[in-house]
Amino acid sequence: MMEILSHLIDGFAIAVQPMNLGLIIFGCALGLFIGAMPGLGSVNGVAILLPMTFLVPPASAIIFLAAIYYGAMYGGAISSIMLGIPGASTAVATTFDGRPLAMQGLADRALVAAATASFVGGTISVILFTMFAPPLADVALAFGAPEEFALMMLAFGTFIGLGGDDIPKTFFSIFIGLVLSAVGLDIVSGEPRLIFGGIPGFMHGVNFLVLAIGIYGIGEMLWTIESSRGKLNVSQATVSVSRILSCLKDLKSTIKSMVMGSFLGYFVGILPAAGATPGSLMSYGVAKTLSKDPDSFGKGNVEGVVAPEAANNAASTGSMLPMLTLGIPGSPTTAILLGGMVIWGLEPGPRLFVDNQDFVWALIASLYAANLFAVLINIAFIPMFIWVLRLPFTMLVPIIFILCVVGGYAPTQDMHDVWLMFGFGVVGYLMRKLDYPMAPAVLAIVLGPLAETSMRQSLLMSHGTFSIFFERPVAGPIMVVAIVLFLLPLIKMIKDRIKKPAEGTDA
Amino acid sequence: MRRAELAMAVVLAVFSCYLMWKSSELPIGWIPDRGPGPGAFPFWLAAGMLACCGWIILRWFRGVGPLVKSEEAYMDRHALTQFLLGAGSLGVMIGLIHVIGVYGSVPLFLIFYMRVLGGHTWLKTGTIAILTPVITFLFFELALKITLPKGFTEPMFYPIYDLVY
Repeated sequence: MMEILSHLIDGFAIAVQPMNLGLIIFGCALGLFIGAMPGLGSVNGVAILLPMTFLVPPASAIIFLAAIYYGAMYGGAISSIMLGIPGASTAVATTFDGRPLAMQGLADRALVAAATASFVGGTISVILFTMFAPPLADVALAFGAPEEFALMMLAFGTFIGLGGDDIPKTFFSIFIGLVLSAVGLDIVSGEPRLIFGGIPGFMHGVNFLVLAIGIYGIGEMLWTIESSRGKLNVSQATVSVSRILSCLKDLKSTIKSMVMGSFLGYFVGILPAAGATPGSLMSYGVAKTLSKDPDSFGKGNVEGVVAPEAANNAASTGSMLPMLTLGIPGSPTTAILLGGMVIWGLEPGPRLFVDNQDFVWALIASLYAANLFAVLINIAFIPMFIWVLRLPFTMLVPIIFILCVVGGYAPTQDMHDVWLMFGFGVVGYLMRKLDYPMAPAVLAIVLGPLAETSMRQSLLMSHGTFSIFFERPVAGPIMVVAIVLFLLPLIKMIKDRIKKPAEGTDA
Repeated sequence: MRRAELAMAVVLAVFSCYLMWKSSELPIGWIPDRGPGPGAFPFWLAAGMLACCGWIILRWFRGVGPLVKSEEAYMDRHALTQFLLGAGSLGVMIGLIHVIGVYGSVPLFLIFYMRVLGGHTWLKTGTIAILTPVITFLFFELALKITLPKGFTEPMFYPIYDLVY
């Protein structure tokens, strides 16, 4: 414990260096803006802005992106409450009670509650993170190729078993992401693969950023343009210091929901691929069940704002745990952060805690700082964020498109990648309209190279038999859980089938 | 949505077959002492894609699945216009980068989007259309030292290069 504390103090020493502190504050503010815009969330912000961070050293860049991630989690609540349109899927549950509160003229109450709950969720989860990460990394140090591969199967299994999207389409998304990651020179033999008639641009492979910006920048904007028909209805909020203070006082009664949401969100967030959206929805459900007055939920109960907001912030920290310690991202946003770390030459996974200790602890310390600044900036500038909501789409959309284009060009400086990104954006949009989930593809393209290497190494170790994934003491159980997750929808389908005829005979 | 669901699955199935064929140009079997051939990983994944498409198509013909009974249009008039304008103008902008460079096509795109589609005032449009390329230049070319494509406008930048480098 003392060792962790001393590392944390060292981390703070790096995090409060003027440039890093400045980046944390700037990142939080930017994240809040991005989160507040309807349709844009942490994943869009991190994907579009990642190429811009080449300006600063890697550690500062990750700190900046993590601050955006945090800020956007806070900001998502703003459009949920003021517009009734969730800023991102992670803030969907916040609309249930946040919007009714705003309609009753209590928007400020909902906004302050959301910010405070986010702070509590963020703080509790960072403390949990600090305690869990080092021991988990220690355990993971002993992992070999079969264990790595099993963990990746677990990540994909979670999408299938718990993702809630159409099963064949989720599988398809995972497969296509993995295939795209195989484009380019083969890592073992050096032979060019899938270069589609020798197009030189494919020789360097498909950069994950090209897919991520295409889908989360261009595709998302096309989606937002289509779905934002007509005028948006922004609620009025009266904000004053005395009202904010009285709102804070009222929140005492909701502490139980906040703490529950924080723990639940954190642990759901750790699950690979589950992330903040299911965490916040579950937390809302539990708060409603535990409440003395469940009927008031959905009609403007502050607890219905507090529980999901605490949970989605806690989950965003939770999803960083597997990313940093195991190299397996817990959410689409952390998948992009992980890809970024690889670009910067930081290999995520347990070795990070040994080889780049300074970086890890600076990042953890920066999470504490980001959390504090995000709540302060959020509450202090509520009127400004409400102004953001009134920005017309015809101004935002072209600027975001331009950011995507130059951001897609910057990493490889190849126009081929810009066209590819445009293609991914358009195809991603067309597929999304038919409910093909896109997050699994982004996770898969990031994990693909590692998945392929670990599988090929494992198979070499075992001379081609797949039993190696089941015989080892750690890989075995993980693989079994992954397979259960893959089969979960099938089990559910069979259960439904058995139930249906039974119902039929009843009638 | 009904027809679009089938059409998309068929198109993706054809694409999967193409990927399988391309992957099989490299060895996909076991190479002694070297493990699976370089084509194996993409080949079997593309086979997985094909299986998913097969699953979706089969489901469609059996009349089950979430979108099979959807009467909603895949793209109504409004959606189609918005899509063509958004994606089309972006595509034209990227195409123009090859000819007139980033600093020519970005302002044109902004003027089209803000003035023609958005109906913003000339003052607002002009300000953004000038500021965006200037900030882009300062950030990418000066701070990051990444040269963005300039097409035939390249020589116009020589004096600036002389000034800053």
